[in-house]
Amino acid sequence: MGGGAETFYGVIRRQGITRRSFHKFCSLTATSLGLGPLAASEIANALETKPRVPVIWMHGLECTCCSESFIRSAHPLVKDVVLSMISLDYDALIMAAAGHQAEAIIEEIRAKYKGEYVLAIEGNAPLNEGGMFCIDGGKPFVEKLRAMAEDSMAIIAWGTCAAWGCVQAAKPNPTWATPIDKVITNKPIIKVPGCPPIAEVMTALVTFITTFGKLPELDRQGRPKMFYSQRIHDKCYRRPHFDAGQFVEGWDDESARKGYCLYKMGCKGPTTYNACSAVRWNGGVSFPIQSGHGCFGCSEDGFWDKGSFYDRLTTIRQFGIEANADQIGMAAAGAVGLAVAAHAAVTAAKRLTRNPGRVAQEK
Amino acid sequence: MDKSPQALTAAVAAVAVRSGRSAERGVVYVYEAPVRLWHWINAAAILVLGLSGYFIGSAIPTMPGEASDNFLFGYIRFAHFFAGYVLTLGFLLRIYWAFMGNPHAKQIFYVPLWRKSYWREVWHEIRWYAFVAAEPKKYVAHNPLAQLAMFFMFTLAIAFMIVTGFALYAQGTGNDSWQYKLFGWVFSIWPNSQDVHTWHHLGLWMIVTFALIHIYTAVREDIVSRQSIVSSIISGEREFRD
Repeated sequence: MGGGAETFYGVIRRQGITRRSFHKFCSLTATSLGLGPLAASEIANALETKPRVPVIWMHGLECTCCSESFIRSAHPLVKDVVLSMISLDYDALIMAAAGHQAEAIIEEIRAKYKGEYVLAIEGNAPLNEGGMFCIDGGKPFVEKLRAMAEDSMAIIAWGTCAAWGCVQAAKPNPTWATPIDKVITNKPIIKVPGCPPIAEVMTALVTFITTFGKLPELDRQGRPKMFYSQRIHDKCYRRPHFDAGQFVEGWDDESARKGYCLYKMGCKGPTTYNACSAVRWNGGVSFPIQSGHGCFGCSEDGFWDKGSFYDRLTTIRQFGIEANADQIGMAAAGAVGLAVAAHAAVTAAKRLTRNPGRVAQEK
Repeated sequence: MDKSPQALTAAVAAVAVRSGRSAERGVVYVYEAPVRLWHWINAAAILVLGLSGYFIGSAIPTMPGEASDNFLFGYIRFAHFFAGYVLTLGFLLRIYWAFMGNPHAKQIFYVPLWRKSYWREVWHEIRWYAFVAAEPKKYVAHNPLAQLAMFFMFTLAIAFMIVTGFALYAQGTGNDSWQYKLFGWVFSIWPNSQDVHTWHHLGLWMIVTFALIHIYTAVREDIVSRQSIVSSIISGEREFRD
């Protein structure tokens, strides 16, 4: 590892991959990135001439579902990414080296490719108790994160953990798990939310960065526009049922069998920005809604803290009891309605009892 | 504007004489035609928005038949968006009219919190509504308490609904739309648009509550206080009855 100067194409050919397969890969990647036909040759050219980008992949407070997803990428295959496209110099999960040997690599890369490597972070850093809730190599992870971020070119925040905080940052968040962009503020950070992110989204993003040598265009939330600019809802194949007003109302009803819209079952598709309904999962086989289950909104900020996954309206906990906007609103409107009725009654009573005297007075 | 009862009576008399109306009837022209027109269009838009909005939030019973034969939820959402545009345009024109119209046209856009006499009058109104004060004071336009409610429960609430509403609308029109360019900042405050939905939904109930109070007090004051209320927003004239 650490051979950052070699080109992708050299590595690919050395591994016995034919030029034909290489070009197939380039066109597939160009298509999955939504680029024009010319981009395929641009990608091929870039991979033939550019040195591989060194990548350090670190794991903070996380569950490794991002890596699990990543290794299942079909277009491009993850072996192509890890072995050919990037120079994945450090990843505690899949690297052969261990212990001091592994930790030595990270220091070596930091010194050798100062300001050139990409830091990919899976998970986040807990800040409570000086970061003692996540120890990596005998030190709090947050220290390692800060040190490595210092000399990086850019940071990829893999998954909802790194992007938003995810389950470990859900209330009451005892470890103060903090998303990467709240810890590192002076580096470009690409958020790739999702629990986990879609495999093809992850590998395509890596391909984009290595191909064009720059970061993709990001949206307001710091997510790559190419994958996160539309909601699940916008490209959902059940959308016609939504517009028609055809909803599943129980998991075993006729509408569920007919594959109607899961809006009433609490599907978060209308508020979730991700590529699931376009790219789908497991090599394009399916995605949650296609399997008959609503979207969780797993790529959205604080999705654990919005009440049940199966409720349309968000649970609001500020009132001590679990309620949603409708219940709170109806209670408030009802109370005011009662107050109005009572007030009207008192007004009427007062008027009835006072009027004779007043009339007499006026006469 | 000095709203003390003495000054008011003088003003009423002066206006009445000028307009050639019976001075003893005491009539003042308060709500100009654009304000009245806006009031009723706005009320209709809010009715449509409230109903369609509730159904968008809670959805409707499922429709039978083929998806291609139905478009009910689409129509409900269209009604919501259409009425939203009507409300927004009306609100903008109403702001314009606050500058162009008579002094009363400005009243719903500010609360003179800094004025001591204002608070005294608010206190009197509270006493009046609590059945403590025997007589209400007379006001040409909204009474001070009404102004307070109008500003916070209506003007600010509607502005909030317009901003969050257009932000949510931008989710459908996309990140390149003018709606997103103008209102996308809402998602910097609430990165998860689910929260924006929730706040927008709470706003609905704020406006429902306002409508309850607004209609009740308008009818009540029309009956028990010393001036016309309900007919004023139709004719524009405030009639003082004693």
